[in-house]
Amino acid sequence: MTTIRTPEPRPAEPAAPAIAPSPDETAWRRRHLLDLDDFGAEEIELLMTTTDAMKEVLAREVPRVPALRGSTIITLFYENSTRTRSSFELAGKVLGADVINVAASSSSVTKGESLVDTVKTLQAIGADVIIMRHGRSGAPYLAARHAVCSIVNAGDGLHAHPTQALLDLYTMRARLGDVRGRKVVIVGDVLHSRVARSDMWLLTSLGAEVVVCAPPTLIPQGLAGAGEGQLPPVRVETDLDVAVRDADVVMALRMQNERMTGGFVPGVREYSRLYQVNAGRLARAKPAAFVMHPGPMNEGIEISHEVAHGLQSQVEEQVANGVAVRMAVLWLITRVGGRSRT
Amino acid sequence: MSERLVIRGGRVIDPARRLDEIADVLVEDGQIVEVARGVAGDGAREIDARGLVVAPGFVDVHTHLRDPGLEYKEDIASGTRAAARGGFTTVCAMPNTQPAMDNRATVEYVLRKAAGEAIVRVLPIGAVSKDRAGRALAELGDLAETGCIGFSDDGAPVGDATLMRRALEYASAFGLPVIDHCEEPSLSHDAVMHEGWVATRLGLRGAPAAAESSMVERDVALAAATGGHVHIAHVSTRAAVDAVRRAKARGVQVTAEVTPHHLTLTDETVAFGARGGDALLYDTDAKVNPPLRPQDDVDACIDGLADGTIDCVATDHAPHALIEKLCEFDEAAFGISGLETAFGLCMRLVHAGRLDLATLVERMTIGPVRALGLDRAVPGIGTLATGAPADVVLVDPDAQWLVEPERFASKGKNTPLAGVTLRGAVIATIAAGRLVFESEAELV
Repeated sequence: MTTIRTPEPRPAEPAAPAIAPSPDETAWRRRHLLDLDDFGAEEIELLMTTTDAMKEVLAREVPRVPALRGSTIITLFYENSTRTRSSFELAGKVLGADVINVAASSSSVTKGESLVDTVKTLQAIGADVIIMRHGRSGAPYLAARHAVCSIVNAGDGLHAHPTQALLDLYTMRARLGDVRGRKVVIVGDVLHSRVARSDMWLLTSLGAEVVVCAPPTLIPQGLAGAGEGQLPPVRVETDLDVAVRDADVVMALRMQNERMTGGFVPGVREYSRLYQVNAGRLARAKPAAFVMHPGPMNEGIEISHEVAHGLQSQVEEQVANGVAVRMAVLWLITRVGGRSRT
Repeated sequence: MSERLVIRGGRVIDPARRLDEIADVLVEDGQIVEVARGVAGDGAREIDARGLVVAPGFVDVHTHLRDPGLEYKEDIASGTRAAARGGFTTVCAMPNTQPAMDNRATVEYVLRKAAGEAIVRVLPIGAVSKDRAGRALAELGDLAETGCIGFSDDGAPVGDATLMRRALEYASAFGLPVIDHCEEPSLSHDAVMHEGWVATRLGLRGAPAAAESSMVERDVALAAATGGHVHIAHVSTRAAVDAVRRAKARGVQVTAEVTPHHLTLTDETVAFGARGGDALLYDTDAKVNPPLRPQDDVDACIDGLADGTIDCVATDHAPHALIEKLCEFDEAAFGISGLETAFGLCMRLVHAGRLDLATLVERMTIGPVRALGLDRAVPGIGTLATGAPADVVLVDPDAQWLVEPERFASKGKNTPLAGVTLRGAVIATIAAGRLVFESEAELV
């Protein structure tokens, strides 16, 4: 039999917001979150401390605050996603917003309505924030150019997945404190990974040493030897045994089946033999090193089962932190943007 | 047509005759009568060209007029008006229309429509293959008889090497070139821009330079083997320029063109726009095929144009409707509406000291004429020789103007140069003795 506990009486809603305000929210001036390639350290710090506040909200007995009450958030997903969409949806609901999910099953071309028209339609029905996932790189930029409301990029093509990178950073900081000088190895299909691109920007901007490891066919052109400011300053290493040496964090990327058949690598067997994150390889990293994965995992291919679920895995923490990070993003962005404020 | 015009006091540059001096140009009955100082006007309409450059009308060997079939993008009337605004008095119409210009009837339609609606000369280019499908030769003999000045499947390469070989052999019977859009599809498939750091930054799929140069090398080898004439369309990479240079040195019958945008814009335009900046634009108006390349390739194209490796400037004018560009980058159509900005854009090279004005004029007049042998179809074209067609352009090399696509005569407003100021303006265009364009600005 379960005991229904009476919630502790809450103090009357104070004049201050129900979320502990960060000291310098005025530093935030973004109406949209499209990518992290131009983020400064102060903005990142603000996002992290706001995420701390959101974690505190989520830890409450009744994890609900009315911070975004009256706001309408629409998730517009042109690609399937379970974790990202539900994470955003929950983030909006915890903050008291109305959340509407729109699944756009196909690209705008086959659907007949252009992306710009779709965004304008959603805006007209009252969206304050459109959270958008799209298979085409740059699609959220197109939306943002034509939107009065805020656009949050929940993943665009091969380009960026900023909230995933922010939750990755938050997860790392929870274990490491500062990431400056820490060695983060990103291993796998970097070429096709928007997560890797956003992670590289974010981590290098904070002074982490980022090593990218993949077969040369899966390394984006120009990544090694790009000029300053062009691409994140990462090191490329094709030998995973060398790359993981003394690493603080090892992040494995999903290896999609179509890449296996698409001629980028000879096949699953050789790929997993050369690039799987497993216990043997992890032993070359620092003793306190941990493993991350943006999910969904192909256990046995890019990551071994025992590592994915072992003591050094932070995969579940990543997912858990996702909600708080997205709450922070929605909170900060709506304080600048939102149709009623512009 | 019978209007008498005298263009007075301009700096006349006629590269075909190595002429560069202040002179008057007398025009009558659609022909050049005299180029000399102090010609008698005798009641002819006077055009004051003092302070301006007077040159043969520009010749564009690579224009997409979209007519028939795609008139929502452009038609012969609007396309030739755009040409006139750009200083062009001859445009060579690419055959990727609907239906394709792969047969006599379609080419005759284009010529008939041009006779009624065009304000500058339209010379048709026939398709290499039936339906431009790259499988079987079109009736090149019929197309040649109808007036085609060359053959091309442009928009797509002649991918099959044997078909290209046969085309070069067969076309040589008519003395006409095969114009190839060089792009190895197995290297460039799905690509929407140049492969490099900018594509990586944007998460867009890129085509390597080798997709172009490997097919240029193939075409050069086939031209050498067959004795045919291959004209390489829109060269955009250093490796392709080098391949053409080596082939010419060996005496292979190869000619080449380069677009104004490949001479002046880099792949960074896709990310940051032609005016620069930090914000990512994903500028679909900079999406073009071949793609804009890095500065090193741009430099090689400029050097190639300057030293004659590349014979001419060609616009690859590719107009599209607004909705074909107002969409996700991957979905956007390839192409730039280029006729009306060509001269101003190329003048950047002159103002930067990379090319002298007379050479630029050469590459836009007699250069393209000689490259494709257009004077066989139109004697005197590209020159101001007595008896030549009275195709004349007046330009002000220093006049600055703002690119405002909404003022284009072309239906295609798709240019990455919107809001950019260009230095070098077309002031007036005379085609076959008729004043077909006069700048809104007062003539000096």
